[in-house]
Amino acid sequence: MARRPILGLFEDADYAAEAGDALKAADISEEDYDFLTDAPYPEGAFGEREERHRLYVFPLVGALIGLTIGILMTSMTQMAYPMVQGGKPIMGLPPMAVVTYESTMLTAIVFTIIGIVFESRLPKTKKGLYDTRITEGYIGVLVNVEEDQLSRVNSILTQAGAIDVVRES
Amino acid sequence: MQEGRVLPASVVNRDLLSSILTSPRWFWFALLVLGLIVLGGFSAAGLMVNKGLGVTGLNRPVMWGFFIVNFVFWIGISHAGVMLSAILRLSKAEWRRPATRAAEVLTVFSLMTAMLMPLIHTGRPWRLVYWIYTIPFIPYDFARGIWPNIRSPLVWDPSAVYTYLTSSILFVLVALIPDMAVLRDRTTGIPHKIYAAMSMGWQGNPRQWKLQIIAGVLLSALILPVFVSVHSIVSWDFGMAVAVKSWHSTIFAPYFVVGAVHSGVSAVAFVMIILRWIYGWQDYIRHEHIDALGRLLIVVATGWFYFFVMEVIFGFYGREADEIAVRELQFTKPPWNLWFMFFTGLTYFLPVAMWLASSWRRNLWLMSIACISVNIGMWLERFLIIVPGLAQKQLFTFSWYTYAPSAVEITIIGATFALVAMLMILFARVLPLIPLYDIKEGEILKTEIRIGRRIVPATFRED
Repeated sequence: MARRPILGLFEDADYAAEAGDALKAADISEEDYDFLTDAPYPEGAFGEREERHRLYVFPLVGALIGLTIGILMTSMTQMAYPMVQGGKPIMGLPPMAVVTYESTMLTAIVFTIIGIVFESRLPKTKKGLYDTRITEGYIGVLVNVEEDQLSRVNSILTQAGAIDVVRES
Repeated sequence: MQEGRVLPASVVNRDLLSSILTSPRWFWFALLVLGLIVLGGFSAAGLMVNKGLGVTGLNRPVMWGFFIVNFVFWIGISHAGVMLSAILRLSKAEWRRPATRAAEVLTVFSLMTAMLMPLIHTGRPWRLVYWIYTIPFIPYDFARGIWPNIRSPLVWDPSAVYTYLTSSILFVLVALIPDMAVLRDRTTGIPHKIYAAMSMGWQGNPRQWKLQIIAGVLLSALILPVFVSVHSIVSWDFGMAVAVKSWHSTIFAPYFVVGAVHSGVSAVAFVMIILRWIYGWQDYIRHEHIDALGRLLIVVATGWFYFFVMEVIFGFYGREADEIAVRELQFTKPPWNLWFMFFTGLTYFLPVAMWLASSWRRNLWLMSIACISVNIGMWLERFLIIVPGLAQKQLFTFSWYTYAPSAVEITIIGATFALVAMLMILFARVLPLIPLYDIKEGEILKTEIRIGRRIVPATFRED
């Protein structure tokens, strides 16, 4: 049977948290419901599942790539134009360090941005069930369940204090 | 925070999106005036390209003048973004919330403006194509035999500034995603499609918020070292220049970084006062925020003053002929000594005296005067580092010369201020200058507790 989304809208964060507890009590998996808000609430405020991510790997990989590019770029440039200046060595480490540092940081930051977008599961081409009232301060509890469970979830959300329950048209 | 009233999300949206969803009457007039000044600046630059650098006041030995002074000035202003956004974010200062976005956007626009200055200064800006090798992944122009001298600070400089610019733009864009989702839900037609594309299908689930918060902290931590490196490297343009001995100062890097923070934070405080005034954001940019910035500025200004005094003392202590010659110009020879007095007074003594009193810090007119004073002073500081260093009497009498800026230079410099102001109001016309979600998060975390018969905020006092 196809899974369908259903969205309960709550004015109060306490009621939304109660809806989460009621869904858990009704044996609905934590993976099947989500809380949509217009601002970051403290982690675990709704009793939601813990989100795991690997964001910290991205800047590390980026930094290593940037470091390699920086070393190659600066060393190859100096080797390609071997003019002695002021009796200094052709491969001057201090100037290499400056440019390599910048390329390391730049690539680390670019990879962090890629990581943020990737780990946030963005971009989403299909937004799914959503209500613009969420960005007006309402809290959405989005549940994905089998079609035959929709009416049960509807009543759970309503009993928890949802001011409106939205289904796919 | 201790002050202000409770603001529901719908009110935050209405207030902070008012500059986008409605066109204030003054907007088009301001855009026209600023646009004309910018046009005048570009025309002056065009004239200079056509006639050559002879239309400027630059001449041997003073080959770095207003353009390079202005370049260093705008790079300094750009340090506001990271100072306020990154440091205050990492230290979890509550009062940062309304200031971060304006600071970050000011960083981006001032960096862009700063980068125009060396291009104009060359007199041949089309040669940019030979310079862009510093952007990674763009190949060198090997075929034409053009080789970047990696040992020159003038090559380190663009690599640092482009890194900072790219990072700052990405930082602003990532933090804008949730706010663009708010705009997506409140617009129709083409604007809706643009905001929907830019918000990338943002829903606001716990995973997305968690990563957004981590992103702010992680990017702050990554940009912070870049921020320190940028003005350090800009100072090495002077400190490591072989030809000008009076610039050889080992203290230049921290002196420039702290000076940049001083001028940048003052500029942000002034921009916030202007935003409060033109958009009526009294509930968001409150007296307590400006007060906190004033207190921060006392510390920054005093740090800067310490480095300034050290730089002067080291100059005298070494007793090198070139250094003494520059100090003689700065302290005893008019008009340099008059400019020097103005500079120290405007940068430190006047504003810090004003910031010491809490009632003065909370007076927006006086705070505006103090912040403008700092920035006039900091502009003069760069002028008094660069020009006297070059204008001092040289070995050969035929190259004794001083410097007077031409009308072309003054027009271009004036236009850069109009350009940054124009870009700021254009930004405010399409995107929120105060982060909505950050304000809403502050409202969520704002709790009150009952102690005895009184209900008081649970947050620790920060003012």
